[in-house]
Amino acid sequence: MPDMLDDERADDAPPTTAKGSSSDDGLTHFSRAITINRPPQDVYNFWRDFTNLPHVMDNIIAVDVLDDVSRWTAKGPGGTQIEWTSRVTEDVDGALIAWKSDEDADVFNEGRVTFVPAQGQRGTVVTAVMAYDPPAGFVGRIVAKIMQREPEVQLRRDLRRLKQLMETGEIATNVRNPAQLAEEGK
Amino acid sequence: MRALAWHGKHDVRVDTVDDPGIVNPRDAIIKVTSTAICGSDLHLYDGYIPTMKAGDVLGHEFMGEVVEVGPGSTLQKGQRVVVPFTIACGNCFHCGKKQFSACDNGNPADNQDIAEKLYGQPMSGLFGYSHMTGGYSGGQAEYVRVPFSDVGPIIIPDGIEDEKVLFLSDILPTGWMAAENCDIEPGDTVAVWGCGPVGLFAIQSAFILGAERVIAIDHFPKRLELAAGFGAETINFEETKTSEALLEMTGGIGPDAVIDAVGLEAHGFFADNVIDQIKVSTFLGTDRTHAIRQAIIACRKGGRVSMPAVYGGFVDKFPLGAFMEKGLTLKTGQTHVQRYLAPLLAAIMEGKIDTTFLISHRMPLEKAPEGYKLFHDEQDQATKIILKPGMV
Ligand SMILES: NC(=O)c1ccc[n+]([C@@H]2O[C@H](COP(=O)([O-])OP(=O)(O)OC[C@H]3O[C@@H](n4cnc5c(N)ncnc54)[C@H](O)[C@@H]3O)[C@@H](O)[C@H]2O)c1
Ligand SMILES: [Zn+2]
Ligand SMILES: [Zn+2]
Repeated sequence: MPDMLDDERADDAPPTTAKGSSSDDGLTHFSRAITINRPPQDVYNFWRDFTNLPHVMDNIIAVDVLDDVSRWTAKGPGGTQIEWTSRVTEDVDGALIAWKSDEDADVFNEGRVTFVPAQGQRGTVVTAVMAYDPPAGFVGRIVAKIMQREPEVQLRRDLRRLKQLMETGEIATNVRNPAQLAEEGK
Repeated sequence: MRALAWHGKHDVRVDTVDDPGIVNPRDAIIKVTSTAICGSDLHLYDGYIPTMKAGDVLGHEFMGEVVEVGPGSTLQKGQRVVVPFTIACGNCFHCGKKQFSACDNGNPADNQDIAEKLYGQPMSGLFGYSHMTGGYSGGQAEYVRVPFSDVGPIIIPDGIEDEKVLFLSDILPTGWMAAENCDIEPGDTVAVWGCGPVGLFAIQSAFILGAERVIAIDHFPKRLELAAGFGAETINFEETKTSEALLEMTGGIGPDAVIDAVGLEAHGFFADNVIDQIKVSTFLGTDRTHAIRQAIIACRKGGRVSMPAVYGGFVDKFPLGAFMEKGLTLKTGQTHVQRYLAPLLAAIMEGKIDTTFLISHRMPLEKAPEGYKLFHDEQDQATKIILKPGMV
């Protein structure tokens, strides 16, 4: 993600919050931060075991961790599923995880999540920066249709669920009973 | 189970709906023994609150018996509890600061989007109060699922009847916090706009917290009479020029602290469209947004403004100049109910606070639609209506 690390900026704000930000790598970039009232190591450990992520990430159906790659299955449009293989490109224990999907993935995506001690003993600031390639082709166009606005919405909701689970041990829901929960496919 | 469901403006019905069950580990299921209709519920009834869906179960003031607990609950079956209307986790940064109505985790992740867009940050979840505050089923029902039951509900000792403690769920702590937010000093006069349940509890609380005088403002004789019963001096704003009267009654100084317990809950929820909706209604005919403006103008220099009244969006013609020039302080917010439960229960048990004076009607849950109509149409006589699922 070259221009994510651009240091020729006029201020200290995150690059993804720049006005009229458009990247020259053709990818769609977005980011989001959340403060979680737990130590960085705990949050990192939860995230680093990718098989935990379907619990908090609504779009992710399953993650299989193979040797040095992981296989991701996500909800696609109209009840379909999309899959990709992802590789960890950087890993700093308790502090940072970065990943990149295969170049030929249906939806090429890459990202980086950092776990930084929050000021004033407020726990951990988790910042996720992600980029994806709005896909080409017929399937791609359908995927893009939902993906183009969805990933940002999805990320902020997923981070809130992560926070809820890490802080309270459960994910808040307004369903009245377990049957309703099952109906919603959770 | 039977439950009072919202179906649209002035259309609430007692329906048969799915029973609640334990979903999350910290949940408990409460069998409701008493529940109340709140002034805030009337705004749902009048159709001013967006993000309501037909079939939503209402009610945020309720108490009852624990009938089922999840593995993470600390409650036990058979215990009697009062449940706070704010759904707070007890673990987050805000809960740590006892700012329970600002809890980060009580509102489901997807529901937080709306409030984040409107207010910058999402608020806690609330029972039975639209999808913006979580979309939780409320307590005007036979049973309720209560999340975070290990930190929210307060256990009520045997031998104290429901009616003495039910209002711990909302309006008593709300009135108390309103008075606390006045930072009352000896010799102070506190003026209270609105003698509904919130205003009346604020008046009682202001005296307990050391106010020398309280001046109560409303236009309903019955409500002003209740205020006078606690030792407040009264102003009927239909008969009297409120501002002039306040100035003279305080020797030209103005009240040291002012409380807005009137509010205009729906004003500007989703700005433009709702404002339009309100403008065509008769709601503005009662000139209710007048209260906060008038309170700011009346308040003495360097005084304190406490605003328990609920506002949703934008308000026109806010007297910002008077606010700044006089150096006023404003404190407000949805009540941090959990913060006040234990001390207020103790005060009730010691006989320092009376809550039963407020109740004008008791009805079975099945008659809830009648209760809403009565509370809506007959504000002077209907000061507070209690619904009892078990009553015949
Ligand atoms: N902050 C919180 O957590 C919280 C909790 C509960 C209720 N509330 C809010 O508090 C407010 C009061 O609640 P309530 O249940 O007592 O409502 P209510 O409708 O029963 O009482 C409001 C009173 O204000 C009076 N009033 C109207 N216009 C007035 C004016 N111009 N000057 C003086 N009095 C006037 C009315 O006659 C009425 O008696 C509402 O906005 C409600 O939504 C806030
Ligand atoms: Zn209420
Ligand atoms: Zn919390």
